[in-house]
Amino acid sequence: MCLGVPGQLVEVFQRDELPMGRVDFGGVRKEICLAYTPEAAVGDYVLVHVGFALSVIDAQEAQEIFSYLEAINQAGEELGLEPPEAVP
Amino acid sequence: MKYVDEYRHAEPARQLAELIRRTVTRPWSIMEICGGQTHAIVRFALDEMLPPQIHLIHGPGCPVCVTPIEIIDKAVAIAARPEVTFCSFGDMLRVPGSHKDLLTVKSEGGDVRVVYSPMDAVTLARKHPERQVVFFAIGFETTAPPNAMAVAQAARLGLENFSVLVSHVLVPPAIEAVLSSPSNRVQGFLAAGHVCAVMGLDQYRPLAEKYRVPIVVTGFEPLDILQGVYLCVKQLEEGRAEVENQYARTVRAAGNPAAMRQIDAVFQAVDRKWRGIGPIARSGLGLRDAYARFDAETRFDVADLQADEPAECRAGEVLQGQIKPRDCPCFGLRCTPERPLGAPMVSAEGACAAYYRYRRQGLQE
Repeated sequence: MCLGVPGQLVEVFQRDELPMGRVDFGGVRKEICLAYTPEAAVGDYVLVHVGFALSVIDAQEAQEIFSYLEAINQAGEELGLEPPEAVP
Repeated sequence: MKYVDEYRHAEPARQLAELIRRTVTRPWSIMEICGGQTHAIVRFALDEMLPPQIHLIHGPGCPVCVTPIEIIDKAVAIAARPEVTFCSFGDMLRVPGSHKDLLTVKSEGGDVRVVYSPMDAVTLARKHPERQVVFFAIGFETTAPPNAMAVAQAARLGLENFSVLVSHVLVPPAIEAVLSSPSNRVQGFLAAGHVCAVMGLDQYRPLAEKYRVPIVVTGFEPLDILQGVYLCVKQLEEGRAEVENQYARTVRAAGNPAAMRQIDAVFQAVDRKWRGIGPIARSGLGLRDAYARFDAETRFDVADLQADEPAECRAGEVLQGQIKPRDCPCFGLRCTPERPLGAPMVSAEGACAAYYRYRRQGLQE
């Protein structure tokens, strides 16, 4: 129930005075209520729970973890540390 | 799928596990609050990637699991009425009540329907003015904004044949209940990312301060959880107890103000009973007076129904992290997803279901 799913907003429209959108989840498209993400624009990725977008995913923040790991790797190489052991 | 697949790659997961291994110097117990995180941990065997000093305790963050049995009995009583179309998220249909579950009501001819969104129930009520459409409004802060919108929309549309059976619960009071228990072993928390996407971080700061525990707001994919554990361990090792946000791609510090306003317009904090845990003050949401006419409990006169928890099921101990599902003598034998004794074996967020699905081989260990 708390399992939100990210999807890409492909269309916005109004129905019954509510802002609505069509969201693409890897090929499956669903109608989603955008009342809680009025800032969402076509092309944005939104996090969807039970038919409602609750957050617009920040593309820059999404990259942080990968940049961080890369920086650690580089620092490790410069210090001559062993690369991490493979975990079975 | 973007924002899912890249967070499941093995190599960065190994790097994070290695970072944790290099950081940890002593044993630590960390609770992941949300059942969705429990499922990811068990499914991807993330606990097995961690150094042995890190002990993950599964928390009570499964809305289906903590719904008390009397609410299920109320749902069953309402759903069995001939004039009622009872709408629910799919997870709730198999949860055993005192005598039967909602799926049995359906097989006996009751009009019980699984809906994807609470708005689907509003649409049904509009299409079928001759039916009483009842929506089973359960969940944590993530489903509260959608459920609040459904009630508000029914009010706007003047629907007199729509009502909600409300059993909403809140995360911060559950964290406080865990922390204030004399048997508490939890030293740090991974907070539920999606709940925080709605509510923001503010409610967690007083808890981190009062109980001196780090609380790391964490996402649901393997890399999120491993990074959440890393940040939590780092705080513990450095003697810090702060609220940190691992899941910044989705969670803003202030949460989602529009969603919070809608929750506040429709719901107010009420005392709730948690299955296996008992009553917790102001730990849930109930309808405000302005929306009391949408309350299914009064409309169908089931408000006074009481029931006892089944004695055999040890859900309470599982939900408080005191035992692992496999420690229950019924696990996988007299309690299975097909014939569950308790809700944690049913829900897609239940710890028992996660262990049954991904760790059954452990029974022979």
